[in-house]
Amino acid sequence: MTLANPGDTVRRPGGGGWLTILIFLPPALLLFTVFVAMPMGEAAWYSFYNWNGYGRPESFVGLKNYFSLIGNGAFERALVNNLLIIVASLAIQLPLALGVALILAKRITGAVAFRMIFFLPYILADVAAGLIWRFVFDGDYGLASAITSLFGAPPVYLLADKNWAFSAVLVVIIWKYFGFHMMLYIAGLQSLDKSLLEAAEMDGASAVQRFRYITLPLLGPMIRLSVFFSVVGALQLFDMIVPLTGGGPFDTTNTMVSYLYYFGITRMRVGFGSAVGVVLFLFCVTFALGYRRFFMRDD
Amino acid sequence: MRWFSWRPDDGFGALAQYAVLIVLAGIVLVPLVATALGGFKELGDLRANPFGLPKIWVWSNYWDILSGARYWQVLGNSLLIALLTVFLTLALSSMAAFTFAHLHFFGERFLLNYMLLGLLFPAATAILPLFIKIRDLGLLNSHWGIVLPQVAFALGMGILLLRNAFRQLPGELLDAALMDGCGYIRYFFYVTLPLSRPILSTVAVIAFVGSWNNYLLPLVVLNSESRYPWTLGLMAYQGEYSTAWQLVLAFITLTILPAIVMFVMAQKYIVAGLTAGAVKG
Repeated sequence: MTLANPGDTVRRPGGGGWLTILIFLPPALLLFTVFVAMPMGEAAWYSFYNWNGYGRPESFVGLKNYFSLIGNGAFERALVNNLLIIVASLAIQLPLALGVALILAKRITGAVAFRMIFFLPYILADVAAGLIWRFVFDGDYGLASAITSLFGAPPVYLLADKNWAFSAVLVVIIWKYFGFHMMLYIAGLQSLDKSLLEAAEMDGASAVQRFRYITLPLLGPMIRLSVFFSVVGALQLFDMIVPLTGGGPFDTTNTMVSYLYYFGITRMRVGFGSAVGVVLFLFCVTFALGYRRFFMRDD
Repeated sequence: MRWFSWRPDDGFGALAQYAVLIVLAGIVLVPLVATALGGFKELGDLRANPFGLPKIWVWSNYWDILSGARYWQVLGNSLLIALLTVFLTLALSSMAAFTFAHLHFFGERFLLNYMLLGLLFPAATAILPLFIKIRDLGLLNSHWGIVLPQVAFALGMGILLLRNAFRQLPGELLDAALMDGCGYIRYFFYVTLPLSRPILSTVAVIAFVGSWNNYLLPLVVLNSESRYPWTLGLMAYQGEYSTAWQLVLAFITLTILPAIVMFVMAQKYIVAGLTAGAVKG
């Protein structure tokens, strides 16, 4: 391929280059600066103040907003919940998605239909998925109680039970997102070099050996990508929490973003909420940069 | 044709695989089907029998929503917001990506990295200052207050995908065009954009789905119900009829219906857009 030259750095004269830059770049630059970069900078600034959002931030409190997060039960619970989502994604969702992908990447009858069914929840909005599952888990009208009553047990109110509510949330997350990861794996499997597998099979490698030593390593980039999306998605989960539990019972089902919403935005505690945002920002950026640097540099 | 290491399945293995697939498909579909059927039931029927078919099909649950203005209004608002978001995202990110792909100027690397910063963190992290900004700009309770930040946050992904695609186009084409006196801007409209339809549609799908399903930003920006997109409208409806699950279920079914219909009709593009976008980004 000599035609496509991605590393092309030839300076081409003429054609109105400067004019093009001056017309094409500023709109994007302006919008990004006003609505992404500045708010992030301002979050860092506001986080040092005690401010209700009116007038100007004047009551400087230093790091007090940050210190009040340490030892704060509800915030720590939110942090633990975010970790639990990541653990559930890696320990349950990822193997499930990979297993299903291994079946569906083959040309078996109905593969396309099954792929579509499993991908379907992913295109639904989190709020709709959350509300559907609020119905499923509802103690009076839901499917979960209908199942327990088959066994003669009393109705269960999973989402109102502080020991079980977050597990129920995890079920919904896996239900909604495993199909997306499955699609990533199917795409990965279909681009595998099949001759390697055929050669290994001819040399007498067993199915397990072929999976362990050929398929899995070759699928590495896709697995690393899927882990990346699991973690990033876990860190920003919010929409689903509102219809399912609203953070309750007893603030046991908040994520960092829903904590930010219920404790910062709804009470207009701009300084405090900004501090939560900055902490979340640090988690996201550290993870994204660190992960790309250490796990995805060859991909 | 064998796609990977496992044998093409025969007998027991194939049966076991289908069993797993069918059970999983059941788990995925039962909540959705129960939701749609629940919308046809009476409340008592729903309570006694959440799984099965309705004893009496109560069409009026659905009909009342469809014949009211509320449902169409929230869908219309969502559509308007999503279309504006898609159009602006495509326009701004393709123009910016074009300059980053073909033109060289002082600080281009710095500016590109600056624009890609938005990929590192979700909008939620800066939502409070964003709210203050939207308020100070007088955009509170308006659709622009949702569209503009959505576009701003979608620019990173758009620029990344489009710049890579634009650079794959043969450079000789641009050389020849410039030689013949065609300027960059005409080249952009007459060559780059028409040749980049697949990747533009990927960016469009990502922006559309993101906007259609967005909840947090409208929640913070809007306060009058007449401007609500369907995600907020759904939650408001649930708040109002929280004791009448059958109505809420009918409303959920009707509001997710457009997405499901779109998905079934254009599944190839939607799946490709959402996964290829993720992989290439």
